[in-house]
Amino acid sequence: MIRRPVDTGSPDRLYTVTGGRSHPVDTAVFDLVTLVVSECDPTPGMQSEHVRILTLCRHPAAVVEIAADLQLPITVVRILLEDLLAAGRITARRPRAAAAADLPESALLKEVLHGLRNL
Amino acid sequence: MDSAISEATSRAPERTPLADAADTGLKIVVVGGFGVGKTTLVRSVSEIRPLNTEEYMTQAGVGVDETSGVAHKTTTTVAFDFGRISLNETMVLYLFGAPGQERFWFLWDRLFSGTLGAVVLVDTRRMSDSWYAIDRLEHHRTPFVVAVNRFDDDAAYYSLDEIRQALSLPAHIPLLDCDARVRSDGKHVLITLVDHLYKLALAQETTS
Repeated sequence: MIRRPVDTGSPDRLYTVTGGRSHPVDTAVFDLVTLVVSECDPTPGMQSEHVRILTLCRHPAAVVEIAADLQLPITVVRILLEDLLAAGRITARRPRAAAAADLPESALLKEVLHGLRNL
Repeated sequence: MDSAISEATSRAPERTPLADAADTGLKIVVVGGFGVGKTTLVRSVSEIRPLNTEEYMTQAGVGVDETSGVAHKTTTTVAFDFGRISLNETMVLYLFGAPGQERFWFLWDRLFSGTLGAVVLVDTRRMSDSWYAIDRLEHHRTPFVVAVNRFDDDAAYYSLDEIRQALSLPAHIPLLDCDARVRSDGKHVLITLVDHLYKLALAQETTS
């Protein structure tokens, strides 16, 4: 069984990937920069997009990196990740600075500054 | 039988993976008009070759015949690119280059809520492109700095004071020059932004 990468130009094909769902997933769990880590290896017969996510996330990878590698829109990737999370196949490390329109703590920003100055 | 797995493995990205202890993703957005140098700035400081991705947005169709009773929707995509900077073993900063065009702002909350702050990248030959971005960032209450990408063929070399005036930029918002191609300049822009955020956060913490 050889599957081709999904043609992002075809919405019908994307519906197949997500099992027909297009509802917005809770974006607080899968923020663009939520780091995803695999909790198991892919198994034969698994949906190919799930296989690719589990392979990619052997080391932490952000939601947006997964979307870029799979060449799928963010919304579609969020749905795929929600399935894997519900099945316990991945864990999600959510960003600390989550609250919108609120400044992050100065302690966090100090760490960021330190990291940038050491580049 | 296992072809799906081996195929996926062979397509695994070649870039360096994050440290296994990485647990905190952070966002900074670079906003600016077409051709202003967003991708160049991202590339100059990123530890990976910039990647590209896209998000859907659904809009009610324009000029739909209302008597038809059919809800027409058009789906368009907004593309953006991004790079990555590992700050330490646990913190990873993602830097997004985002188009400043009108439709992009409809996606702001879905994509960029929780963003630390933004860099407005300005091309002085097309200063009006930046007005809208500044207005939208103020609307979303996202703190920002303004960086002027100096192009070699820019005949009218406006001073920062002139640019501040042209953009009606309040005095407390940092405004600086940069060459988006140069890594140390890109780094300086980011440090200026985070330093600005740090001072804002400190001021807020002492008053509350």
